Amino acid sequence: MITAERKPFEEILELLEGKEKVLVAGCETCVAVCLTGGEKEAEILAAELSIKAKEDGRTLDVDHISAIRQCEWEYLDAIAEKVEQYPVVVSMACGIGIQSMAERFPEKLVLPAVNTNMLGMPQEHAVWIERCGACGDCVLGVTGGICPIVRCSKSLLNGPCGGSHDGLCEVTGPNKEEIPCAWQLIHDKLIAQGRQDLLLKVTPPKDWSRSNSGGPRTMVKEEAKPV
Amino acid sequence: MSDTETKAGSTGTNGLKAGSNLEKVFAAGHFAVSGECGPPKSADMSVIVEKAKLLVGYVDAVNITDNQTAVVRICSMASGYVAQQNGMEAIMQMTCRDRNRLAMQADILGANALGIKNILCLTGDHMSFGNHPQAKGVHDIDSVQLIRMYKDMRDEKRFQNGDEMPVAPELYIGCAENPFGDPFEFRTLRLKKKIEAGADFVQTQCIFNVPKFKKWMEMVRAEGLHQEIRIMAGITPIKGAGMARYMQSFVPGIDVPQEIVDRIAAKEKGAPQQEEGKKLGAEMIKELAEVEGVAGVHIMAVEWEPAVPEIVEMAGLLPRPKLS
Repeated sequence: MITAERKPFEEILELLEGKEKVLVAGCETCVAVCLTGGEKEAEILAAELSIKAKEDGRTLDVDHISAIRQCEWEYLDAIAEKVEQYPVVVSMACGIGIQSMAERFPEKLVLPAVNTNMLGMPQEHAVWIERCGACGDCVLGVTGGICPIVRCSKSLLNGPCGGSHDGLCEVTGPNKEEIPCAWQLIHDKLIAQGRQDLLLKVTPPKDWSRSNSGGPRTMVKEEAKPV
Repeated sequence: MSDTETKAGSTGTNGLKAGSNLEKVFAAGHFAVSGECGPPKSADMSVIVEKAKLLVGYVDAVNITDNQTAVVRICSMASGYVAQQNGMEAIMQMTCRDRNRLAMQADILGANALGIKNILCLTGDHMSFGNHPQAKGVHDIDSVQLIRMYKDMRDEKRFQNGDEMPVAPELYIGCAENPFGDPFEFRTLRLKKKIEAGADFVQTQCIFNVPKFKKWMEMVRAEGLHQEIRIMAGITPIKGAGMARYMQSFVPGIDVPQEIVDRIAAKEKGAPQQEEGKKLGAEMIKELAEVEGVAGVHIMAVEWEPAVPEIVEMAGLLPRPKLS
């Protein structure tokens, strides 16, 4: 799933400076599952904005709504009536949803209330971990099902660097959290699978043109196109 | 291309791949000595001139670091060129952190045109350790792929995309390995991969835990790798007990046993600790030189280059061979 974190309240206030009529728009898919931008979170943000405006002695007409998916035209159509009433939309969807909203309602000022951060999974309750870099050329079949592109801090393809120690990466995460060394995990997994030969193979440079280094990507399924 | 042609391409008429001094020292059967210089964090190139002059006659070549610990400094190509202008052969370090494959190939052609032949292929310390932790890391290719790319440029006259070039660079290709990294048993296999990719020499991470290094060398010999690559044992002379404790606790991939810290700490701070550090360094070099398969030593005196001549002398490695 796509995960996102809410922007600091101060940053949202800054984006909304001088705005008097605002709709907070949640999304019921990925950002709702990661407890960031679903209907409940949209309601909370709208309430916070309202309270803050009252405290500051400002007039603010704020309400909230939520789309089943902000990244699909049909679900945006479903909330169009409400959106049309507001000149400003604060979207709590991922970056895809925010852009879809802006494209569907070109006359509206659409602003982000979240930072979209990764393709991850809930490792445990309330903890999400990055799992995929959407590189366009999946190597999981030869790496024991562990992605070296995003789980190795240096995206190495030929084994661990010299900084791997006690199963950990030399890098600590942005919140000072310890990061497991992806290549230690890959190493252990391939040995357990009896596929250690894969560790000895010199893997050639990756084709990054299939990632966004090749420019923004478009996927077309000819067979699914309407005739 | 047939095997014979590949071989002819990989070695010149003199049987050497690049003909650098370092390569010649190995080829003549000598125990090689390399040093290390960190370029300055400013435009003051006189720092490199001074460090290079200090080492002439004491080491066979000197590593010029490439934004070491992810801190911006004068680039390794310009610094390596200036070192060589001052009589000190360079080993230009190249990390995968700061350049993509286009820049890495362009830079090696440029460096070679300026007379730099020794290249050390590294992954590079992560940006988060340095002074620009917000930087985007490149990591287009990894160090194993970098070695292979340079080998193909030298031996096959081909760029990474397969395009041919009329004149190939003359390169003596080095790599690094950390015998103290994990998973321990994979460390020899990783060296094997680097040999297969095309590395001619390897410098190890600095060694303090000699028994563990010896165990690693046993594994290296069991695979016969010491016959396929020149192994230079890494040494970092310890300037004081504070530095030893710092490395023990904070430097990734370095294993400093407590008795080393205690030995230095037993002396008075300042000159006595420094003397003990030099003595320990020289003793370790002598011990490592006796290990079967060790073909040289790489002395990394971090911001303590003036100690190197004395250590080399105490280790009985003078005079350095003069080869034409």
